[in-house]
Amino acid sequence: MSRLSIRDVSKTFPGHKRSAPPTQALLPIGLEVGDNDFITVLGPSGCGKSTLLRLVAGLETPTTGEIRLDGTKIVGAGADRGVVFQSYTLFPWLNVRQNICFGLREKGMKLSEQKEISDRFIAQVGLRGFEDHFPKQLSGGMQQRVAIARALANDPKILLLDEPFGALDNQTRVLMQELLLGIWEQAQKTVMFITHDIDEAIFMASRVVVFSARPGRIKAEIEVGFPHPRHYTIKTSPEFMALKARLTEEIRVEAIAAAH
Amino acid sequence: MKLLVPVRRESRIALGVAFFIVFVALWSFLSLSGAVPKHFLATPWQTVVSAWNLFATQGFTHDVGMTIWRVVGGFVLAAVIAVPLGIAMGVYKPIEAFFEPFVSFARYLPASAFIPLLILWVGIGEAQKLTVIFIGCFFQLTLMIAMIVSGTRRDLVEAAYTLGCKDTGVIRRVVLPGAAPDIAEALRQVLGLGWTYIIVAELIGASSGIGHMITDSQALMATDHIIAGIVVIGLVGLLSDVLFKKVNQHLFSWSLLR
Repeated sequence: MSRLSIRDVSKTFPGHKRSAPPTQALLPIGLEVGDNDFITVLGPSGCGKSTLLRLVAGLETPTTGEIRLDGTKIVGAGADRGVVFQSYTLFPWLNVRQNICFGLREKGMKLSEQKEISDRFIAQVGLRGFEDHFPKQLSGGMQQRVAIARALANDPKILLLDEPFGALDNQTRVLMQELLLGIWEQAQKTVMFITHDIDEAIFMASRVVVFSARPGRIKAEIEVGFPHPRHYTIKTSPEFMALKARLTEEIRVEAIAAAH
Repeated sequence: MKLLVPVRRESRIALGVAFFIVFVALWSFLSLSGAVPKHFLATPWQTVVSAWNLFATQGFTHDVGMTIWRVVGGFVLAAVIAVPLGIAMGVYKPIEAFFEPFVSFARYLPASAFIPLLILWVGIGEAQKLTVIFIGCFFQLTLMIAMIVSGTRRDLVEAAYTLGCKDTGVIRRVVLPGAAPDIAEALRQVLGLGWTYIIVAELIGASSGIGHMITDSQALMATDHIIAGIVVIGLVGLLSDVLFKKVNQHLFSWSLLR
């Protein structure tokens, strides 16, 4: 059964001024994401891929079409869709543990259960010993690890990530990819990951969805067949290189289109 | 001196004290040299002696106490209404659209200009003093808080929605804690504003308070008493400000992290 079903969804933003023309961010698109699928959405900046994620998250309403999760139409944001944003969105007045427990507390969960769950995710993202730290005392990579733990602690049906590692340095980004992939291999979650980084898109995905330049539409869907668990060394394998070469061509055309 | 580089704690205190010394030296020079006649400007020492006399023999403690209670009373009344109203305006834009133009207008009405009217309406008792402070603080505070709350980080609000919060949860768990340090800072600043209004209110139709003592002293040409009164206002204001700042720093230590 398909978990996430996006049908004929488009999005047009009204112009900022009354005279300005409306902006079509997304042409009508259709996309099915199966249970425990890990899809990456790859596209040049400004192509509407983030808009797609915000529509699925319920932070924007589609202009046409509808999005269903397990058959239920999405209206507004909800705890069944966890989101990790590109910007650092930890609550600065809460420490690491309180941030991770934010959604659990909203559900009215008992403190002992909250502690048990947060302990598990703190360990999983490698932040043991940092429970009492405030976000400003953490590096960017650590903050995003907390954000991932915070989203996962809620046990959402699907995890949505909007270029979560975009602001991190290259080394940290690679380690974060391995961390997220490791969590996914263990936990089996449906994941939708937005990125403009080709290596990142291939390394983690079971399927790469390539977006065209704005107005966004799906240009290609490419299966990535590497077996799990994946090791970072696959990035230098000939199969990976071939896939990368192909996606580089696809994206290059779109980036050129976007630049004009 | 390097641009924007902070100074050490000891140097900062020393520099702050140094200016007080410069100020008193200039004051002494003007009054002692006879550049300004003594009955217009009392010497610093004479002022200290008068202040001591005021407290020791003329019941000035009662005046200071009355003034403090009026400022605090009017300020608390203003805050009790302005804080929830400002938050509601910041969060719900129709409420803001309803109140904001009037509050912006009322903000420019000088509280002291209401004194003659207020004397007609509520007499020259405590109600008049509290109302002056209330008018002086309320509109400023409401607008400041509405603006602070409007500035809530949208990304944090969105994150809270995706973590399962409804509107009330977002207000309670994101908007309020996020705005609290700035609201506390606004309260501190507006309390200072209250201190400037109270003396004006007490200059007219009061039988106690620092302002009342100052008007009485004017009739007697007792410039030493007037200056002593002004200095006391400054000191009490400074003290309340420092206390407020300490409490804020203690309550919202997270906002001081860099």
